[in-house]
Amino acid sequence: MNTRALPLYATIAIFLAAYVLAWTQFPNILSTRVIGNLLTDNAYLGIVAVGMTLVILSGGIDLSVGSVIAFSGVFIAVLLRDTGLHPLVVFAALLLLTTAFGAGMGFLIDRLAMPAFIVTLAGMFLARGAAYMLSIQSVPITHPFYKTLQGAYLLMPGKGRLTLIGVLMVAVVVLGMIIAHRTRFGASVYALGGGEQTARLMGVRQGRTTVLVYAFSGLMAGLSGIVFSIYTGSGYSLAAVGTELTAIATVVIGGTLLSGGAGYVFGTLVGVLTMGLIQTYIVFDGSLSSWWTKIVIGLLLLAFILLQKGLLRLSRTRLNQGPA
Amino acid sequence: MLLSIRSLTKTFPGTRALDGVDMDVAAGEVHALLGENGAGKSTLIKCLTGAYRRDGGLVTLEGVRIDPRSTIEAQELGIGTVYQEVNLLPNLTVAQNLLFGREPRRFGMIDGGAMRRQARGTLERYGLEIDVDRDLGSYSVAIQQIVAIARAVEISGKVLILDEPTASLDACEVQMVFEVVRGLRDRGMGIVFVSHFLDQVFDLTDRVTILRNGCKVATRPTASLSRMSLVEHMLGRALEEVVAEPRAEAATGPAEPLLQFRGMGRTGVIEPFDLDVGEGEVVGLAGLLGSGRTESAELLFGARPAQSGTAHDTQGPLNIATPRKAIAAGFGFAPEDRKTDGIVADLTIRENIILGLQARRGWARPIPRVEQNRLADTYIRQLDIRTSGREKPIGELSGGNQQKAVLARWLAMNPRFLILDEPTRGIDVGAHAEILRLIRTLTESGMSVLVISSEIDELVAVADRVIVLRDRRHVAQLTGDQVTGSQIMRAIAQEAAA
Repeated sequence: MNTRALPLYATIAIFLAAYVLAWTQFPNILSTRVIGNLLTDNAYLGIVAVGMTLVILSGGIDLSVGSVIAFSGVFIAVLLRDTGLHPLVVFAALLLLTTAFGAGMGFLIDRLAMPAFIVTLAGMFLARGAAYMLSIQSVPITHPFYKTLQGAYLLMPGKGRLTLIGVLMVAVVVLGMIIAHRTRFGASVYALGGGEQTARLMGVRQGRTTVLVYAFSGLMAGLSGIVFSIYTGSGYSLAAVGTELTAIATVVIGGTLLSGGAGYVFGTLVGVLTMGLIQTYIVFDGSLSSWWTKIVIGLLLLAFILLQKGLLRLSRTRLNQGPA
Repeated sequence: MLLSIRSLTKTFPGTRALDGVDMDVAAGEVHALLGENGAGKSTLIKCLTGAYRRDGGLVTLEGVRIDPRSTIEAQELGIGTVYQEVNLLPNLTVAQNLLFGREPRRFGMIDGGAMRRQARGTLERYGLEIDVDRDLGSYSVAIQQIVAIARAVEISGKVLILDEPTASLDACEVQMVFEVVRGLRDRGMGIVFVSHFLDQVFDLTDRVTILRNGCKVATRPTASLSRMSLVEHMLGRALEEVVAEPRAEAATGPAEPLLQFRGMGRTGVIEPFDLDVGEGEVVGLAGLLGSGRTESAELLFGARPAQSGTAHDTQGPLNIATPRKAIAAGFGFAPEDRKTDGIVADLTIRENIILGLQARRGWARPIPRVEQNRLADTYIRQLDIRTSGREKPIGELSGGNQQKAVLARWLAMNPRFLILDEPTRGIDVGAHAEILRLIRTLTESGMSVLVISSEIDELVAVADRVIVLRDRRHVAQLTGDQVTGSQIMRAIAQEAAA
């Protein structure tokens, strides 16, 4: 077995164990309703985390996504309020804009050989500022098409609702898995995360790959913004503060190495669901403060970083002991 | 001729790295490229692999003129390279590494099954039957190196450059890699083999080209050369020319050793060795590049953890597991690469000189400025460091004066055992003699010094005793009258049987 898959198995095991634990206390937690809500409530986070997974796999980081989500919401809300454009047209314009924004950051990171942390930090302030410029207040979205989107769901047995945005999130995860694991672009992303110099020697087009990775993250952030606006029915420039950090946390809990080069997109989905499960548990319990989510996430994060360090050491000592 | 190089020239600001070098590589031969540090080996290779553009000369591959602008282009033209450090990605699977950029696809997506089959098929031809779905990093360096060779051959397929591919392999693994290389030679590839291990050169190669100071010295069939003549060519002088120089002072005979090292060793780095150092003695380490000189010193200073061995002084055992502990035991180490390991270029001379002393005192107890000035001025005067003042950034000094400042830093700490790795590298002739004189004066006050140098004359001039290393082993010790240029050369070149 590959040691690099161990964090993924650990993530899945932890999720299942947590679910069983919650189920013994609250049998209702294993209903299609809860599962449907889990997908719906975390759809925006899951989508943005898929983009973040690719960025982190490539050895980078994207701090701008939370602000881009907020900007997207305000952008949509203001445009729908002030113009007669159809939401689908607005969506297309928005996705184009956020993708270009991501590509621009990727271009700067590659061309100026600047740390991704700094460039996307600038992007974070820029996008948040742009959102404020469009509107300081929360802008409700009243377009009838939004009612259709919000009301679109499949009824599962047990009266659980499989909503449009929940399905979209799952679809994005599948798309992310295909890109990461079944395309040459995906292989280049892993290669960059494994070592830039070596990747170049092996024929990776570093500039192109970097630009595409951040463009993809921008696209995912825009899509996540759309989903968030459908979920909340409004656009607000103060929304989704800190979401980029939550996304990074889910990626790491999902078993991806923060330094890049190793991990699975599917793990990120499990990471998102784990986080959602903790929140659901707190809601079911009723007496716990919602801040417990943060505490548990913090502990999980710590545990995973330690696990990855341990695995790294394990594989190294095994190598030193002789030829495999 | 498969690959033909004619009057290849490459100039860097201030130096001519390659000066009209000719070399031919035939199909079906393994051609060794040899030379000491700075001979131009790596520049030549970089010109071939597209990492550098040549300034002049002609390179033809199968009769066609080539001028690769990048490594990728050279690969596509047919020149593949495998480096000392495996240049593959440990986080990808063996199959991914082997077929990176050429993955079989179906409907635009990578076809995992076909990729596995293809990778397995390729590796079988190299005698490797391994699980291609596992990460490359989980295999031994030898297997990684063979995968790297396989990849280079699959992509390029005409010329294979092996740049010290065996540097981190043990003897058994070396043979594994050599089997693969011989197989490729028999299939008609032209192979350029760079190595510091002379045994391997004689074992594997058909012809040898030797470079020195950017010029070609000779190309010969390997079998026609003796070890001795090979070393003569590399070091650039015949043994007959070496005049035995009388010792400046007669060796005082084996005094009570100040320090005793026993069985210091590390697998794959240096074989266990013993070393005694007497009080006030200068011990020289001689050997070709890659013979384990620096590695020995690093072990003694704890800069590289030793897997075995003990150190004693006259009082009892010493702990030298880390540089910090070695310093506490009174050791000092001025490393070979002054620019990256020795000086802090932006700090002043004064700051560089007190750096070591301050670190030992701990940052909580700063050395008073008056004391700092006094120390700096003393050493600037004593070592004759040419500078306009002690507050000048050390990076602005010449190489020789930088080296003196590094020495001053250690002297300020008053060590009893000082290790100097190539103390005169990159220093002009005048300063060169001065540094050597300085080393001798140090020993008069009882300090023991270990000098590593690739310049034999330098060792003859300064050392009381010379240890000769070859292929990561301490092979000979020369004392007293034996310390002559020809004796050292002979020991370096001795046949493996000796």
